[in-house]
Amino acid sequence: MSRIQTVLQTLKGQGRKALIPYITAGDPHPDRTVELMHTLVEAGADIIELGVPFSDPMADGPVIQLACERALKHGTSLRQVLEMVKTFRSRDDKTPIVLMGYLNPVEAMGYEVFSDAAKAAGVDGVLTVDLPPEEAEDVAPLFAERGLDPIFLLAPTTTEDRIRAISAHSSGYIYYVSLKGVTGSAQLNVDDVAEKVSRIHALTSVPVGVGFGIRNAETAAAVGRVSDGVIVGSILVDTIAKNQDDIEALKSSLVSLLKPMREALDELAS
Amino acid sequence: MSVKLTEEMLRALPDTRGHFGAYGGRFVSETLMDSLMQLETEYLKLRDDAEFQATFDKDLADYVGRPSPLYFAERLTRETGGAQIWLKREDLNHTGAHKVNNTIGQALLASFLGKKRVIAETGAGQHGVATATVCARLGLECHVFMGSEDVKRQSLNVYRMKLLGAEVHAVESGTKTLKDAMNEAMRDWVTNVDDTFYIIGTVAGPHPYPMLVRDFQAVIGRETRRQALAQAGRLPDALVACVGGGSNAIGLFYPFLTDESVAMYGVEAGGLGLSTGQHAAPLSAGRPGVLHGNRTYLMEDENGQIAGTHSVSAGLDYPGVGPEHSWLKDIGRAQYVSVTDDEALAGFRQLTRVEGIMPALESAHAVAYATKLAASMDKGQMVVINVSGRGDKDIHTIAQLDGIEV
Ligand SMILES: Cc1ncc(COP(=O)(O)O)c(C=O)c1O
Repeated sequence: MSRIQTVLQTLKGQGRKALIPYITAGDPHPDRTVELMHTLVEAGADIIELGVPFSDPMADGPVIQLACERALKHGTSLRQVLEMVKTFRSRDDKTPIVLMGYLNPVEAMGYEVFSDAAKAAGVDGVLTVDLPPEEAEDVAPLFAERGLDPIFLLAPTTTEDRIRAISAHSSGYIYYVSLKGVTGSAQLNVDDVAEKVSRIHALTSVPVGVGFGIRNAETAAAVGRVSDGVIVGSILVDTIAKNQDDIEALKSSLVSLLKPMREALDELAS
Repeated sequence: MSVKLTEEMLRALPDTRGHFGAYGGRFVSETLMDSLMQLETEYLKLRDDAEFQATFDKDLADYVGRPSPLYFAERLTRETGGAQIWLKREDLNHTGAHKVNNTIGQALLASFLGKKRVIAETGAGQHGVATATVCARLGLECHVFMGSEDVKRQSLNVYRMKLLGAEVHAVESGTKTLKDAMNEAMRDWVTNVDDTFYIIGTVAGPHPYPMLVRDFQAVIGRETRRQALAQAGRLPDALVACVGGGSNAIGLFYPFLTDESVAMYGVEAGGLGLSTGQHAAPLSAGRPGVLHGNRTYLMEDENGQIAGTHSVSAGLDYPGVGPEHSWLKDIGRAQYVSVTDDEALAGFRQLTRVEGIMPALESAHAVAYATKLAASMDKGQMVVINVSGRGDKDIHTIAQLDGIEV
């Protein structure tokens, strides 16, 4: 069983929901990413989604676009991101890491080279926003051979046939995009999410994480009630931007955003 | 060496997932997949629908003013001293460029699909103007995304779009040019996917766009073929077109692909010269990657980040290219070359001076290469240049280079 599967199964046994924070690697500076990852874990993260910066983040709103620009200004490359994961692993070999990004940096590195390097660094899952399963035929077997979980997206517009097909290609978890829009949008509708996720649950046994539009403990709890985990991104990246010059303030702002979410999620279990 | 293409091979391309060999495809976030598949299904139906095609043909005739002439450039030929040079006059179309062939087709698709809101990206503003124009005519709400750098460079076209009732959104992210405008259009589309039709301006983007834009632009090549046979009694020996995303070039090339005797040259923006890195020539100097929904040749750094581009012509200032061109390059059916900013400007001046035709700076790249090519060919041979647009929009740029305030 992969690290992701182990964590999600343990949580499930406890009746608990996964808290999955996202930050962009290299933001505000490549030297800070590893310590911020540890901070996320201390604040209650079960899994970390680590963004690989890209020059053209088409599915992201302004907050994560700017995070990519900050990271790229410091030259953060996919190879460096893998180094960060390796360093993180020297102190934490339990928390699963999912790389989240766009396909071109992976293509540039080469599918096989990337798969080997990701595995060696201690990466557990790979979510490539602009890679639907139809186009993943070449890379999927390379991930499978190395035990890397391929994480795919489902959206409000995904038909039942596609939910079935995409689930069949997924392991670890499936990422349900809660709304039509880019990251950082705010108009998440909890009832719509509940309905769609229960349909997804009826069609697959792969756990479902829900992201986009989760900004506070209240929505985290509402979404956690109907899913297996919540993914929190833009609100964290926004606080990184605001506190980029003061690392201690930055870390405590991350903790004060995540702690209430952790508590609200854990209250669901009791 | 070149592969002999047959009608049957061409009919099989793109394949059902939108691939041209190793290129093309559908690399988008999941939210858009359903819309793209619907668009593909509906388009394939309408492509064989007599009423749809009749409406398209009638609009091209009565509204755009087609067929555009094929004109023998006698003085340019004499001054060049080689093969006969003929011009396909897309500059005479309504709105001044080939772009309108495609926007007529896609706006018609939007109407058939019942979508009332249209979005588009634009670089030079020609595609934005052509989109705003057809939206005005059909009463559709129109939003155009344009990099803030281009908004500054092409203020005249921004004003034209506003007069036509479109809302122009200046894009501040990334390099603030065409690629960023396309990112922003994709973001709008993902947000408003239910009621919005995205009119992409070139043969790039996710499947089915490269196919349907090609089909709408192929009228250029079909007319050229017919006109060459009627007016010159023969097929051309060579076709020359500029390549930004590649829509005017594929439009000219496509109906000739099975004519083995016809050579094809796509001319990319060499900017300050390929060796400087300051250019927009992915086929000449890039490598395959994935951007904006398709796999194709791209300009990128060693880490897969998309590189900044430079061209004197905003319409060619794009780091990617349509996937069908990448395929044509690899199989050797078309040659891709580049000319520099300075060569293109000289081409602009030459055509203006000896033929009284001011080409767009994009098209001037084709002129510059074609005169070099024609000079190396025999007098009995025939070259066709696609004059994809007229130069009115570029007078400011040219005047500025001459140090003149207009
Ligand atoms: C006149 C003209 N020609 C060519 C182009 C480049 O586009 P494409 O390569 O798709 O024909 C443009 C784009 O704005 C244009 O305005």
